[in-house]
Amino acid sequence: MKAYVIRRLLELIPTALIIVLGSFALVRLAPGSPFSSEKEIPPEIRRQLDAKYGFDRPLPEQFIRYVGNLLRGDLGPSTKYPQRSVNEIIADGFPVSLTLAGVALVWSLLLGITAGIIGAVRQNTAWDHAAMAAALVGISIPSFVLGPLLVLLFALRLHLLPPAGWGDLRHVFLPGLTLGTIYAASIARLTRGGMLEVVRSDFIRTARAKGLSERLIIWRHMLKGGLLPVVSYLGPAIASMLTGSVVVEKIFNVPGIGPYFVDAAFNRDYFLVMGIVLLYAFFLLLLNLVVDVIYGFLDPRIEYP
Amino acid sequence: MTSTRTNPRTNPSLPPAAAGNRLVAGTSLWHDAFKRLQKNRLALASGIVILVLVASCLIGPNLIAAIWGYDYETQDLALGARPPSWSHPFGTDFYGRDLLTRVLYGGRVSLSVGLLAAVVAATIGTVYGAVSSYAGGVVDSVMMRAVDILYALPYMFLVIILVTILGKSLLLVFLALGAVGWLLTARIVRGQVMSLKEQDFVAAARSLGTPARDIIFRHLIPNTLGPVVVTFTLTVPAMILQEAFLSFLGLGVQAPRPSLGALINDGANQMLVFWWTLAFPGGVMAVMLFALNFLGDGVRDALDPRMRR
Repeated sequence: MKAYVIRRLLELIPTALIIVLGSFALVRLAPGSPFSSEKEIPPEIRRQLDAKYGFDRPLPEQFIRYVGNLLRGDLGPSTKYPQRSVNEIIADGFPVSLTLAGVALVWSLLLGITAGIIGAVRQNTAWDHAAMAAALVGISIPSFVLGPLLVLLFALRLHLLPPAGWGDLRHVFLPGLTLGTIYAASIARLTRGGMLEVVRSDFIRTARAKGLSERLIIWRHMLKGGLLPVVSYLGPAIASMLTGSVVVEKIFNVPGIGPYFVDAAFNRDYFLVMGIVLLYAFFLLLLNLVVDVIYGFLDPRIEYP
Repeated sequence: MTSTRTNPRTNPSLPPAAAGNRLVAGTSLWHDAFKRLQKNRLALASGIVILVLVASCLIGPNLIAAIWGYDYETQDLALGARPPSWSHPFGTDFYGRDLLTRVLYGGRVSLSVGLLAAVVAATIGTVYGAVSSYAGGVVDSVMMRAVDILYALPYMFLVIILVTILGKSLLLVFLALGAVGWLLTARIVRGQVMSLKEQDFVAAARSLGTPARDIIFRHLIPNTLGPVVVTFTLTVPAMILQEAFLSFLGLGVQAPRPSLGALINDGANQMLVFWWTLAFPGGVMAVMLFALNFLGDGVRDALDPRMRR
């Protein structure tokens, strides 16, 4: 187990290098430059700008310098916001996006697993059909339709929550709900499917035979089986919650990292684009590792190679 | 089945029932599946809804142009933002353009982008997965390692970068979506081919000297089409959603051409004053995704009876 985790961590190193190289190539080989979107810049100023950011050096040299800075934790300057470094921008925006994704995750798990358990335990009843129909509706409503609807209902009609902005706790609810609901729907379906998968298996029959209460069987044994597909879905789901918050941040005017990213990609703000992509990629790599380890806890049949 | 570990939800395999049906001559997997699909009333209803949507998006804008003379771009500020009426069933937008025309045109964009992107994704994924699995060994591990790495990248960010690099044209939007969306298909096909390539008919083909390319394209890939079709039907709504997501951010189809995502973005900004500018595009989008998802579910149940409960 320990050896497995250590080996996986070591494997991250070449993967990380490939990701850095790949995103560097993708961003730098794109046509245009950070200074081409603005109005015409005189060539001598352009040369000075290039020299300031080191863009006048050959690409391999720039890459090595970038990796060197990266190892020291320096993500470089932003060409769009010259007075701020990429580190500062990320330190401002990422915690906000992370909070939003966290709220969405908790909400989607609560709602999804509850609905999934109801669906599986009351299989083929009205409860089941209602839960699964609701899940399908949930999957089909895009966040940018659900968001405005929630604002309309909770903020403008009922006056319960603020319609947009960021600051205190009450601002978290609407964007979190908007972001999480679509995943709750998928989680509900996966939980139900996973629980029904194990419902006829031997260990459930054994549990019944030794006289465990139905409640204990559902919570201790069936739910574990039901959560397996959910856990393997969580890696990609959290990934798309984090990046999906771009849209939700726009709807609710949340000062996360999303708006920066879209701007940066447009303006060829090389260091900012790279910094955000790398941050998310490493975050997701670690997350997938955590998911794999949790998977092993839930399913004792899995052996770590 | 080796692929059970990759994704339990979208991992249908060829139905074991097919073996039990050996006495009934001439019932192919597809025929059988189609019969099952026809019995699923909700899926059938969804199929009809999709057909109606496709038909109205295809001919609707031209029909309206022929009868009323509206098009999606001519502005008439005097007609600005009228609520639904007989002459404009969905109302008009802020610039006096007929919203029904714009929604139908946007639906056409969404459907074609969804379909084409899903085709691109399915094609790349199938070929990649089959080649990787058939080659085996080091080639396989390198190719699948690449998939793992791409899987860890923030998908939407990659698409955003691709779109800003490639420029904002419709063709490139679906290429970018398809180019990033093939990973799941590749994993599923690889899992299928893993077990298929050990079977006798492949050994027979190989002993006859069939080149690897023919084995992959003639023998292996046709046998993986079941799961590929299932993934495909569920990829279409996902791609439509992604395109709307891009348009919502202003990265997709460019004005004055409408797309559902862009229309919803406009509508969301004015929903308090002009409710219909959000209600109609949002409603059409939700109905479209709902029907496509339901049909996809139905296809999965039909192709894989084990999943049906």
